[in-house]
Amino acid sequence: MEPIIDLKNLCKSYGSHVAVDQLNLKIPHGEIFGLLGPNGAGKTTSILMMLGLTEPDSGSAIVCGYDATRNPIEVKRKVGYMPDNLGFYPQLTGLENLVYMARLNGLPEKDIIENARRFMELVGLKAASDKPASSYSRGMKQRLGLAEVLIKKPELIILDEPTLGLDPNGVKEFLELIKSLQQEQGLTVLLSSHHLHHVQQVCDRVGIFVDGKLLATGDLPTLSHELFGNTGVETSIYLTQVPMDADVLKDKFSSFPELNSLTISGVNLQFNTTEDITPKLIRRLIESGLDIQAVSQKQYGLDEIYEKYFEKNTNLTPEHESD
Amino acid sequence: MKAISESHYWATNKNNSKENYQLSPFKVMVRKEVSDHVRSWRFILLLALVVLTFFASLYISMSNIRATFTNTNDPDHAFFYLKLLTATDGSMPPFHILMSFLAPLLGITMGFDAINSEQNSGSLTRLLAQPIYRDNILLAKFYSAMLIIATLFISLTLLMIGGGLFLTGVRIEPQEFLRILAFALLTMVYVGFYLSLSIMLSVAFRHAATSALTALGIWLFFTVFYPIVVNLAIRAFLPDAAYLTQSETMAYNELILSIMRIAPGQLYSDAATTMLMPSIRSLGPMSMEQLSGAIPLPLPLRESLLIVWPQLSGLLAGSIACFALSYYLFMRREIRS
Repeated sequence: MEPIIDLKNLCKSYGSHVAVDQLNLKIPHGEIFGLLGPNGAGKTTSILMMLGLTEPDSGSAIVCGYDATRNPIEVKRKVGYMPDNLGFYPQLTGLENLVYMARLNGLPEKDIIENARRFMELVGLKAASDKPASSYSRGMKQRLGLAEVLIKKPELIILDEPTLGLDPNGVKEFLELIKSLQQEQGLTVLLSSHHLHHVQQVCDRVGIFVDGKLLATGDLPTLSHELFGNTGVETSIYLTQVPMDADVLKDKFSSFPELNSLTISGVNLQFNTTEDITPKLIRRLIESGLDIQAVSQKQYGLDEIYEKYFEKNTNLTPEHESD
Repeated sequence: MKAISESHYWATNKNNSKENYQLSPFKVMVRKEVSDHVRSWRFILLLALVVLTFFASLYISMSNIRATFTNTNDPDHAFFYLKLLTATDGSMPPFHILMSFLAPLLGITMGFDAINSEQNSGSLTRLLAQPIYRDNILLAKFYSAMLIIATLFISLTLLMIGGGLFLTGVRIEPQEFLRILAFALLTMVYVGFYLSLSIMLSVAFRHAATSALTALGIWLFFTVFYPIVVNLAIRAFLPDAAYLTQSETMAYNELILSIMRIAPGQLYSDAATTMLMPSIRSLGPMSMEQLSGAIPLPLPLRESLLIVWPQLSGLLAGSIACFALSYYLFMRREIRS
């Protein structure tokens, strides 16, 4: 099956500033893909090129089977886009804003009002449907934006910083809704965000963008493996007493191919392994007659992966919130 | 937020059929723009100003209509309805002169923030992410404003004719009706020029205040300063009329008029006066030889239209040029707010 997004050597410059440099990306149907990167990394420019709203200097963007540069109308018919800077017509109510967008998408007049009310209810704005959009909070605007994206029944949803300005509960609900959309409706979601934690919660794969370049794509274990090699998982096991002979203890784990290193400092045994083999380690320690006090594990998360990529490519501090 | 599985949100959309009534995106945008204009306070205020001006000038004309109608020295005295628009006792200028000031304001008010306000509020990105052509947005803005302007002037025209009929019982001649209609169309074209100009400025400038001030500056320049500048230039560069032959004087006068006609207001005044005063036979200087033997009769409508055709073409060309420039700028515009 052809990918829903297929970007090949996509480039865009503004004067001497290279916004997007040789972007190659394939996103299959039904996936939630997260685009990560600091401000000015080229995420929004890439999204706009996918929608045919900005013309690339070179390369091609095939979205939902259509060339976004040559056939932007067909692409926009199948893609729901929620921009980061959401602006609604303040003089219209939330419902009227939604109905307007539904009409622009050619939805049958007969069902528009009914459908719009349903989607207002879906995003939790039923009570505020008839209030002017100017009175909406940032969170309410995000919800209205999502309703607008969904009402056209898109094949692909592109969300640019969708959790910006939402309270923690709102973020949780929003992400759950996105996840359920993907699972139940088979929608593909492309999500750009600074909130690494949020991306980690819902995305199947992520792409890391720095200075217009997509440095890496993949799921978390793959990215972790690429970056940290065989030091992907760190397990600390605390014993009840200091082991008698460290070398003998190390010999007991030498047959484990996943083990990179073992550091013994007092009662603390630190294992570096290529994958999570904690149960095996515990079993071997118990077989050796040692009593275990506590076990802790550190796995490299998106925060570490992101920062590592950023350090490798720039001298700047990444802009993100790791809440 | 509810779980998506709770109801079939798109159930009705799945049953789309050709029979289902759908509006084209262009019509949807026009409807929304018309509704926005009608509901906006600035338009309501300006509309009130135009309507008040119309009724005030009509009242003054009606008060003096008897004297005007019986003044046989005036070759246009028999055109009762045209006189309603042109007759005045000097207390206030006639309606068509007032319109040469008010019409640009109407056009500027309706277009100065057409695009930049949408871009600044972030709604332009949302709008362009829908399956609509980019130029349709520009066209919808222009079309909706022109629709309102046309409705306004046609209503005023019909109101005037109806009011005249009701108050005096004088039947309107077809030629008068057509002249008044032509005047209304001319006024629409004049408003259309300033509308087109202000839409272009709203594309060119990011801030609505900048585009509004620039449009007002252009209007003020052509209305107030341009005639002064032309007069100063004439005094500085043209030779003393006493040393010129008749043909040289005629040539210089033609030149001065041509320079003056760069101003859209001059084009409108020339054309409006010709349409409302059938006795006007030429808009340029005429020699005594040309005038001698001419029968002092009002011109037929066709002849008057021939006289104003260059003025009308000039206004239309200006509007089209401004619209083409806004199209060019808008199509190449980066839409990120």
